[in-house]
Amino acid sequence: MAERQVTVEAEVGLHARPAATFVQTAAEAPLDVTIAKGAGQPVNAKSILAVLSLDVRKGDIVVIKADGDGADEVLDRLAVIASAP
Amino acid sequence: MSALTGVGVSPGIGFGPAYVLTHDTPVPPPGARHDGDARAERARATQALEEVAADLEERGARVGGEAQEILGAQAMMARDPGLATGVAELIDEGRSAARAVYEEFGRYREMLVGAGGYLGERAADLDDVRDRAVAVLEGLPMPGLPSLAEQPYVLVARDLAPADTALLSADVVAAFVTEQGGPTSHTAILARALGVPAVVACLEATSIPHGVPVLVDGASGLVRPAPLAEEVTTARNTASAREAVLAAVTGPGMTSDGHAVPLLANIGGPRDVDAALKYGAEGIGLYRTEFLFLDRMSAPSDEEQEAAYLDVLNAFPGGRVVVRTLDAGADKPLAFLPPQEDEPNPALGQRGLRLLRAYPQILNAQLGALARAASQSSAKLQVMAPMVATAEEAAWYVAVCREAGLPSAGVMIEIPSAALRASDLAAEADFFSLGTNDLAQYTFAADRQVGMLTALQDAWQPALLDLVALAATGAAERGKPCGVCGEAAGDPVLACVLVGLGVTSLSMGAPALPAVRAALSRHTREQCLLAAQAALAAVSAQEARAAARSHLPGLAGLAL
Repeated sequence: MAERQVTVEAEVGLHARPAATFVQTAAEAPLDVTIAKGAGQPVNAKSILAVLSLDVRKGDIVVIKADGDGADEVLDRLAVIASAP
Repeated sequence: MSALTGVGVSPGIGFGPAYVLTHDTPVPPPGARHDGDARAERARATQALEEVAADLEERGARVGGEAQEILGAQAMMARDPGLATGVAELIDEGRSAARAVYEEFGRYREMLVGAGGYLGERAADLDDVRDRAVAVLEGLPMPGLPSLAEQPYVLVARDLAPADTALLSADVVAAFVTEQGGPTSHTAILARALGVPAVVACLEATSIPHGVPVLVDGASGLVRPAPLAEEVTTARNTASAREAVLAAVTGPGMTSDGHAVPLLANIGGPRDVDAALKYGAEGIGLYRTEFLFLDRMSAPSDEEQEAAYLDVLNAFPGGRVVVRTLDAGADKPLAFLPPQEDEPNPALGQRGLRLLRAYPQILNAQLGALARAASQSSAKLQVMAPMVATAEEAAWYVAVCREAGLPSAGVMIEIPSAALRASDLAAEADFFSLGTNDLAQYTFAADRQVGMLTALQDAWQPALLDLVALAATGAAERGKPCGVCGEAAGDPVLACVLVGLGVTSLSMGAPALPAVRAALSRHTREQCLLAAQAALAAVSAQEARAAARSHLPGLAGLAL
């Protein structure tokens, strides 16, 4: 299981446009992807409602995990989105 | 179903199937169960959610911009895999698809509301998606309006919010019918701008069944569900005969003895320019700029503003274009400004010029863009401020406009205090433009959105005519022009009276121009003066109307 820990830098946190972009990108990947806030419970990264419900704010650390072929590439892309200012 | 009547606020005959706008999708009853085939029910739920998502995406693609992002995010909610799993589980437990969708959305809704702030506000987006999906599953029309239609529909609603109507055009809507609203409500103004017949204050209109053909007479206020074919033909023939008489009068506005009264159009954006040109407007008397600012999360850029102003200026080379600086606040809040303190009476609160004084950067950006647009066009740009109450406010606004390089700065007379001290205001401003809708609202302490108060919104009320006379006289004392850009200017009979009261130009929704042009052309200035005096001498709106008509014999030949 590959994982990335990222600090969210966007002013709006992982809401609005960043959340939509994040979920859209995760949804395109042919593998399971999860996201958790800090040490919290991981949720399906392909679910906009689940991601919004995490209520990730600027400065929060998120843990993104994926399993399977190409997991690292997917996680790299998601890490860039999550950490974008 | 028998005929209904309301107040006709935008003339013409409209005919088409009723589209009854509902904002309340009924809640599927708790315990609603499917017939046992869980698999088929799951497929129904999936299909409904996909239909909603596709519809939202399609609407987004058509409007573009930020609205597309919002609609796109809503589409993602409809396609949410977590939601789909939850719905499927509830259906497997026996719940009907509609009830399962309702409950599962409710679970996420609680989470969002619990988080508050931005997420709390997303609950409304989620509710909208839920209601759409439930409506599809229950075989009800989806909430919100179709912006494409096989044939134009008669839009029936309790009332319409500006957001409901943003995407509408005359190609889509044959007529508007609302239960609430008065002659100055948004529906009425929008309908006149689009040239679509409209009837407001039509009680029980929403009891018309969805899809039933409806005949609407926007002049008489008659709304006839399921009419006979002959009725439709007769109504259409009468309307086109009247239009032919009116269209015969062309050219600039003037009385029969040659007193010029420029006839201008009110527009809400570049998209209304075609109608203004079509109906022979001599210029623009009121360019409402709110469309640039409302329903968006950030202020429009300087370039975007400049382009929107230049578009309109270029349509009237050498002509006059009067732009009203942003009139926000009250019923038109701006999303990109901090929310205002709870105002118990927003119409009496920080709106119009008051808001611009609090946020001068918005006013300065707008005036700058206007000045740059004017420098690229041969049209004569004039700017004016909304909601001016005192001479001091007028002086402040004019000074800011001068600084921005705008040579002609006027004020709107919408508050009784401004009309009462018109001479003082005219000493500061270059011109007046009277907004009769707000002036009536503030004179009679009668909210213009409240249908029950329609009688107090009547521009024929003698008290309102008194204020018009005061404003026109005050302006004349200082040698300044005083136009009317309220909806009153579009009433051909009242237009003659306004000219008699000393009003120097008239600006209205473009489709009203031919009737006003024709009415003026059949009367002398002296007749207008006598009609005005008769109206001022009356003690009620009805009496004023009747008294004025008795001095305007030319109306008979116009079937007005």
